[in-house]
Amino acid sequence: MTQSNSHSVGHYQYEERDRAFLQERINEFEGQVRRRLAGELSEEEFKPFRLMNGVYLQLHAYMLRVAIPYGVLDSRQLHKLADVAAKYDRNYGHFTTRQNIQFNWIALQDMPAILRELAEVDMHAIQTSGNCIRNVTSDEFAGAAKDELMDPRIYAEIVRQWSTLHPEFTFLPRKFKIAISGSPEDRVAARFHDIGLLARPSEHGPLFRLFVGGGLGRTPVVGQELFDSVREEDLIATLEAVLRVYNAFGRRDNLYKARIKILVQTIGLEAFRKAVEEELSRMDCAAYRLTPEHVAQIRARFAVPDLQAPADAASLFEQHKQADPAFARWVASNTHPHHHDSYICAVISLKTPGAIPGDVTAEQMHGLADLSARYAFGEVRVTHLQNLVFGHVRKDQLYDVWQGLQKLDLAAPNVGLISDIVSCPGLDYCNLANARSLPLAQKLGARFGDAALQAEIGALSIHMSGCINACGHHHVGNIGLLGVDKRGAETYQILLGGDGGENAAIGGILGPSFAEDEAVEAVARIVEFYLAQRQKGESFAAMLKRCGLKAFKEVAYETV
Amino acid sequence: MKLFNLSGRKTLEEASPVAFADWKDAPHGTAISLPQDVEVEDLRSHLNELTLIVLEFPIFRDGRAFTQARSLREYEGYKGEIRASGHLLPDQAIHLKRCGFDSVALPEEANTQDWDEQLSRYQFYYQNTAVSPV
Repeated sequence: MTQSNSHSVGHYQYEERDRAFLQERINEFEGQVRRRLAGELSEEEFKPFRLMNGVYLQLHAYMLRVAIPYGVLDSRQLHKLADVAAKYDRNYGHFTTRQNIQFNWIALQDMPAILRELAEVDMHAIQTSGNCIRNVTSDEFAGAAKDELMDPRIYAEIVRQWSTLHPEFTFLPRKFKIAISGSPEDRVAARFHDIGLLARPSEHGPLFRLFVGGGLGRTPVVGQELFDSVREEDLIATLEAVLRVYNAFGRRDNLYKARIKILVQTIGLEAFRKAVEEELSRMDCAAYRLTPEHVAQIRARFAVPDLQAPADAASLFEQHKQADPAFARWVASNTHPHHHDSYICAVISLKTPGAIPGDVTAEQMHGLADLSARYAFGEVRVTHLQNLVFGHVRKDQLYDVWQGLQKLDLAAPNVGLISDIVSCPGLDYCNLANARSLPLAQKLGARFGDAALQAEIGALSIHMSGCINACGHHHVGNIGLLGVDKRGAETYQILLGGDGGENAAIGGILGPSFAEDEAVEAVARIVEFYLAQRQKGESFAAMLKRCGLKAFKEVAYETV
Repeated sequence: MKLFNLSGRKTLEEASPVAFADWKDAPHGTAISLPQDVEVEDLRSHLNELTLIVLEFPIFRDGRAFTQARSLREYEGYKGEIRASGHLLPDQAIHLKRCGFDSVALPEEANTQDWDEQLSRYQFYYQNTAVSPV
């Protein structure tokens, strides 16, 4: 594979000073661990510092959440993650809905060594947790999608750098999540972030539509448009202004009311906007101006893939599909159009029916890294739906890629279909959870595992969370499942009608919760009802709107 | 109390700050101590008289005073000393300095070595601030 320079395709190429910065950050954390062990730091004092270095204490062990800025990895990084999984964990890692990866079984004393290993490949765990600006997420088809207006990753990197160890915004009332997309089709759930940015080009340069105050969790809120057109040069100043208002006025007396969405709801969008504009009017704008030179500097550290293909690439691809129906079925669900006619984006499902959503073994990671190095410019992206993407695959080589994926047991043809289930780790790992989510996700995956059945059902999303903190984004699934504790028993509520994209909507709760197996049957009845009653081409959301929640409720509770 | 110097400016060790609650109805003196829920704009008409403003941290993870300090420097053009007081950790040294603090009031027995180390740790920072450009 050739590319325009020696830099990695798809993400910022570190300079020496970035590497030195990471080393100092690890030294700092090592010192904090030492002071904790010496009793100089109390657990209460140590906690924010370990969290801001990605270290959680879970139910059974420490967990390390490694940052994957805007979800883009290169093959040597993926090899390294595989090594970490094999050497320090139980030989697997778990990709999250925020495009990061978690290792669930790490010993605290190994953390500094792991961070040093990660730093060898320019990776870190900075601000993957804690009450600070978290890892920035972006569109999994960025720089590749046919429908894209502009590549948002340059700006995601600018925001990543700006937010890294920000002196003013490291002790916020609560965590702060930013997502950025450059496509008219919102693939980042921009309206469900503390700040969501939708970038578009204009004759005066890039413009950013800015949503504020969205989020899921205990109080799901659809974000509201704060500004329609923030200019590139004002991007950082505008983020500063929003964060200043939040840092000064966000609630700190109640953990559950501390997110920016509550502040925006309480004072109202108009008052919030006025406060932000007031900040902007007083700010030393020269100090915060995002200059074209700075943007160009960051852009220069992203390699652009050199897309060249033989003239018959597309026709060979058609032949492969005709010759092998199983490949054709996988292509139908697991690819996305590329802006180059001879290329395609391939989505690798991490939802093999019956497996744990988002989990990948060390061997699979090594295999994927090799495949990406050979066929995809060494670039691997993580999606917010817990799958992986090869962004630039030549169409005539996709058949080879697919065969390689089959060998890795990663060729499930179910992306966007009912068994492509998003799930949090649940009570198997998490000390916040009320119920396990993985067994139910596995059962549902197996129940709808048949490829023909899934294809017949068509696009339908299931999202599963083990508690109201909503890490599995159950509010935005067409079908959402929420684990609730009912007098000591793990039970599940069903929500219908959520949507994380352009038509952002929060699902409505159907009724009382079900036991695990009952929940599987209730979902099955809901899906059967949809298949029987839908009009030609009618989506689940459209039919729900037409028939009403009540009709679905009657079906769901039919035999309970 | 022991003063740790962040910015290199000579600190006003002898000053005795007046609590904002006592000051606001009858402004007097040149040093004041401000809780985190006061907007620094409230001091505007008296800023010229003030040479020391102490910003209070009831707990280290309550970061409002960072924004207060930055507002004093950037919006109000306050040129006097800004001091951090309360529950603070050496890990916050660079945050304080870069938001415009000059000094930290530490307990007498505090070890300042960790503070010194932290101040010289990083060779560069990723973001501009109005008081400490990259």
